[in-house]
Amino acid sequence: MRNRYNFAAVISAAVLICCGALILGQKVNAAGEGKISGTVKLDGAAPHMRGIDMSKDPYCAKAHASDPGKLETYVVGASGGVANVVVYISDWSGSPDVAKKVLVFDQKNCMYTPHVLAMDVNETFKVTTSDQTAHNIHPNPNPMTGNIPWNQSQPPGAPPVEKSWKAPEFIEVKCNIHPWMHGWFAVVKGPYATTDDNGSYTINDVPPGNYTVTAWQEAAGTQTQKVTVAAGGAGTANFTFKAK
Amino acid sequence: MQRNHLRKWSLLVGAAVVALPLPSWAQLTQYDFETRMNMEAHIGNITGHAKDAKGDYRRYCVVCHGQNGDGNGEVALWLDPPTWPKPRDFQLGIFKCRSTPTGTLPTDQDLFDTIARGLDRSAMPQWSTFTKQERADLVAWVKHFSPRWTNEKPGTPITIPPEPEVTPERIKAGRDVFARVQCWKCHGVQGQANGPSAATLQDDLGRPIAPFNFTDGTRPKCGDTDQDIYRIFMTGLDGTPMPSFADNIKPDEAWDLVFYLRTFMAQKSKEKAIAKQLGLKPVDPNAPPPQQ
Repeated sequence: MRNRYNFAAVISAAVLICCGALILGQKVNAAGEGKISGTVKLDGAAPHMRGIDMSKDPYCAKAHASDPGKLETYVVGASGGVANVVVYISDWSGSPDVAKKVLVFDQKNCMYTPHVLAMDVNETFKVTTSDQTAHNIHPNPNPMTGNIPWNQSQPPGAPPVEKSWKAPEFIEVKCNIHPWMHGWFAVVKGPYATTDDNGSYTINDVPPGNYTVTAWQEAAGTQTQKVTVAAGGAGTANFTFKAK
Repeated sequence: MQRNHLRKWSLLVGAAVVALPLPSWAQLTQYDFETRMNMEAHIGNITGHAKDAKGDYRRYCVVCHGQNGDGNGEVALWLDPPTWPKPRDFQLGIFKCRSTPTGTLPTDQDLFDTIARGLDRSAMPQWSTFTKQERADLVAWVKHFSPRWTNEKPGTPITIPPEPEVTPERIKAGRDVFARVQCWKCHGVQGQANGPSAATLQDDLGRPIAPFNFTDGTRPKCGDTDQDIYRIFMTGLDGTPMPSFADNIKPDEAWDLVFYLRTFMAQKSKEKAIAKQLGLKPVDPNAPPPQQ
């Protein structure tokens, strides 16, 4: 009889130790940082980029007189590479990826440049305007995540708006004055990269370890892959999205 | 004796293993309203208690705002925006009428005032029939629906400098502010809510919404004193397309703009008389905006 209770105590202790080990095991050793790179492609024909009618604001229409504005839901390069895809380590448990440069989200010719701005949690970014027409910058996160929506005006010559976000979330940004203006703040935890016009990306400063890498495209959704990074080495993760 | 001791210990350790993940489960149940039942509101020297408002809310508010405060009461279906805005979703904790900067929670006093004042051009009537204590209790009840009130503090109310004397110069200066920050993009050059962007406006939940028409004789949504109008464009109406202009309009210029906006309004005012005397023309949307 007595042995049985001893046994229960031993099992409980073993479970506790396992729990502890699991939590501690998440930490990776920081030494000889590597990188993760790859290409994001689109399967099949590139979706048509719908043109934008900017005639309601003569300033915007004039800015796009020779180069008509188009919706940037899918921006696909000649080789099938998708731009504006945010690739990040979704099981990151290390310290935040501290800003290496000032992140700028510019309102230029009544469009957002870049269309998708990736950033780390609590990383500061600036919203600027290069336009001679009034904009309002209106991100719409879900307040339940801890990211609180705000709405600020930026008339011509307005000073930059400096902000940051508290929680990981893909936040839609809109201008109510110019309803076609649509962009994203991609807030992630840890190292990230955004694909260029050819769909290529490189995430730098990744400590060696096993990671789950996620690629997010605003309309096609997310995909994940397991990647191993050796000390000072490079991991590869290529993604192929299907247009929806 | 020894056996009892062992049993106790093994049970304790077992319970600890089971209980360890509990705090994180508790955090996940954000909609656990009952845990927020002790919410209080402070209006002057009155303290409102959420618990005491339960009856009033069920009797007077629930038809529109819903049992869970999500704005999905049984009549919400029949309210068609933009003519009839949908009832507020209290779970989001986002409010139009605030004295605090954009992106912050309103003060208890702001919510208290909204309940008493009602919201013009919506289904929200004045609830001045409640006693102050009842209203304070309702404020606490409104707050208990959103986890934001347990995680955040209300913003610091903006400072409104004393109102200066209305002069022709100030009204003309206000016209320049109106042109520079381009209020007319939505509100129209004569405040008739017919600006080029007026027709496509949507609120944060994607519902159509109309800009304020200054000329049709109705009251601004968040009160009709000069201070109320000042507050609207310096804090923005959160959840709507109306942004905050706090970074782009100086406090003194803000008064100029208030005076200029008065010239659009149907009600007789000193500002209106001066504008008529000056023969003030509406701003030209095609002219380059005046620089600061």
